[in-house]
Amino acid sequence: MDTHKKVAHTPNGQQTPSPEAVDVPVASPEGHPIEQPGRQEQPVEIEGTPAGQIVVAPPATLPVPTRQRLVWLRTLLKNPKALVGIAIVVFFILVAVLAPVIAPGDPTEFVDAPNLPPSAAHLFGTEGQGKDVFRQTVWGAQISLLIGFATGLLITIVSTVIGMTAGYFRGRVDDLLTLLTNLFLVIPGLPLLIILSAFLSPGTGTIIGTLAFTGWAFGARVKRSQTLSLREKDFVAAAKVSGESGFRIIFSEIMPNMISIIMGSFISSTTYAIGASTALAFIGLGNVSEVTWGTNLYWAQNGGAILQGAWWTFVPSGLCVALVAFGLSFINYALDEVTNPRLRAEKELNRTLKGTAFKKTKTRATPVLRQSQPK
Amino acid sequence: MRYILRRLGFYLVALWAAITLDFFLPRLLPGDPAATILGTGGQLDPSQIQAVKEALGLSDQPLILQYFTYLTHVVRGDFGISFSNFPVPVISVILTGLWWTLLLGGSSVIISFIIGNLVGIFGSWRRGGAVDSFVPPLLVFIGAFPPFFLGLCAVYLLGFQLHWFPTRHAYEDTLTPGFDPAFFGSVIQHMLLPVLVLVLTQLGGWALGMRNTMVAILAEDYITMAEAKGLTQNRIMFRYAARNAMLPSITAFGIVLGFVLSGQLLIEQIFSYPGLGFLLISSVQKLDYPLMQGLFLMITFAVLVINFIVDIIYTRLDPRVRAG
Repeated sequence: MDTHKKVAHTPNGQQTPSPEAVDVPVASPEGHPIEQPGRQEQPVEIEGTPAGQIVVAPPATLPVPTRQRLVWLRTLLKNPKALVGIAIVVFFILVAVLAPVIAPGDPTEFVDAPNLPPSAAHLFGTEGQGKDVFRQTVWGAQISLLIGFATGLLITIVSTVIGMTAGYFRGRVDDLLTLLTNLFLVIPGLPLLIILSAFLSPGTGTIIGTLAFTGWAFGARVKRSQTLSLREKDFVAAAKVSGESGFRIIFSEIMPNMISIIMGSFISSTTYAIGASTALAFIGLGNVSEVTWGTNLYWAQNGGAILQGAWWTFVPSGLCVALVAFGLSFINYALDEVTNPRLRAEKELNRTLKGTAFKKTKTRATPVLRQSQPK
Repeated sequence: MRYILRRLGFYLVALWAAITLDFFLPRLLPGDPAATILGTGGQLDPSQIQAVKEALGLSDQPLILQYFTYLTHVVRGDFGISFSNFPVPVISVILTGLWWTLLLGGSSVIISFIIGNLVGIFGSWRRGGAVDSFVPPLLVFIGAFPPFFLGLCAVYLLGFQLHWFPTRHAYEDTLTPGFDPAFFGSVIQHMLLPVLVLVLTQLGGWALGMRNTMVAILAEDYITMAEAKGLTQNRIMFRYAARNAMLPSITAFGIVLGFVLSGQLLIEQIFSYPGLGFLLISSVQKLDYPLMQGLFLMITFAVLVINFIVDIIYTRLDPRVRAG
């Protein structure tokens, strides 16, 4: 149905590695049992010496091939962008976990007069009803992140199963699943999300379910096209010949080679879920008695925070959502850089040229190296 | 032509799926939908319940018959009566909002598409240059903000504190809509801030997508060939590279549109801009179920139509699609 497989971006700036971008882990068949004979200990070699004696040579130590599969993960952990992103995300996870230590006390307690500006007693001030904004922001991390990561996980599982099944089996199954995917892609997500939440009973479970229901299609499409190219590789043919079942090939042969794509999709689904659940809560479609960043914004808006100039009631929660989303998309950005051979090659070229007399000409499509003139 | 027909078929299926979804929604409500909708249960007189049931197309007929009744109503544009604007039919409430949404969405998408693609083109052309090193991270940073949060900040800072822009409605309340300069001026003035926020949130996606495709395309042989022929840089950049690099952007348009719309719904709510998003959210808050259902269908319909138009443009841009 759809001939265009390359969908490289969403307007949120989330990068999804384009299918051809991830050749690196794929091309290396190491780690696959069938193609890995060098791993076993070699039989002891017998050599004839000139004197006719028989000498037993020590067991040859063949160079063990390094496992290529997770190289991208190690490179990722050296990438400054990824480190910044991971640091931000880990920081907020810690805030959520340590909420009782960082901001002791009940976040829904009325502590002081309403709409007090930030002060030593209330770091972020108080909101329209006199609750402590700092406590609400810190405690809000818990449910917001829980919804985000749980939905991210659910979407990743659903989209991986659907995308890979469609890509591997082709034919009727593929036609049907692709049609379903495209339908969900073209039907606008947030309106569907809004009316679903309006009709269903509110609750954290409902939110996770509806977010996953409206958000799985994009990931499924990316994984389908990746599976389409992977299923033509030799190691899949070998697995087929050895009589492995379809689902076994999908999940234990092909899937390990797609981990970077799956991780990228987990990160972007989590970003989507945090943003969308905040938006839902903001318009009052979450459980408004819970403390989340979205409900904080909802109460700020309903309490007329803007009219009263109480910026401290909506800035902290909004900023937290933005920072988490920023951290996550930075990880994805780095993931794209690491797994995209073209972007990586360019970085390496720049690094090689650093400190030498050679310079890349600037405007050329194909980089030309010129030795700079000594002055 | 065959491509266009196939796409048309797909959009019809999508529309049918949306209508069917819409039909089943009230039936997802726990218990008796009509009682739940009126929210009181028990002390309603039966005629009221009957009226609500009819408005929702819920009757005691078998499900399949209800479904066909619903389908014929939708085809006729009959979405029932809006609860919150009683007795105005849903369809006329929707039509008042549609044009505002198209105006706001259309202008922000066109502006961000043009600027974003230009940033992407220049960024990839001078890779590692000023545009490329600072603009994309900055745009990613801005893009990470939920659109409605940017909207809130903009309303607070530029509207309430600095009084640079009007902060609510689509035009001065004192004016009556009509073809006069004062009205158009007011409409444009009221559009500026929401459009600014929407453009900011969309720019990063376009710029990055364009940049990454351009990076790939600049390594193609025909670009090297064009340089070897000594064509001007501008010609190579726009006529050779950018034209091809735009194709994925245009393909992504359909998906992007969904995201854009999602952001816009909330922006409309924040600016009390009387478009479909504002109507949708207020219908949710007022529990106006027929209006909600009608709005969902109309928004989906609009998205499908725009997607179809983009497909037609796509065939003009990419001759391969026309041929095969």
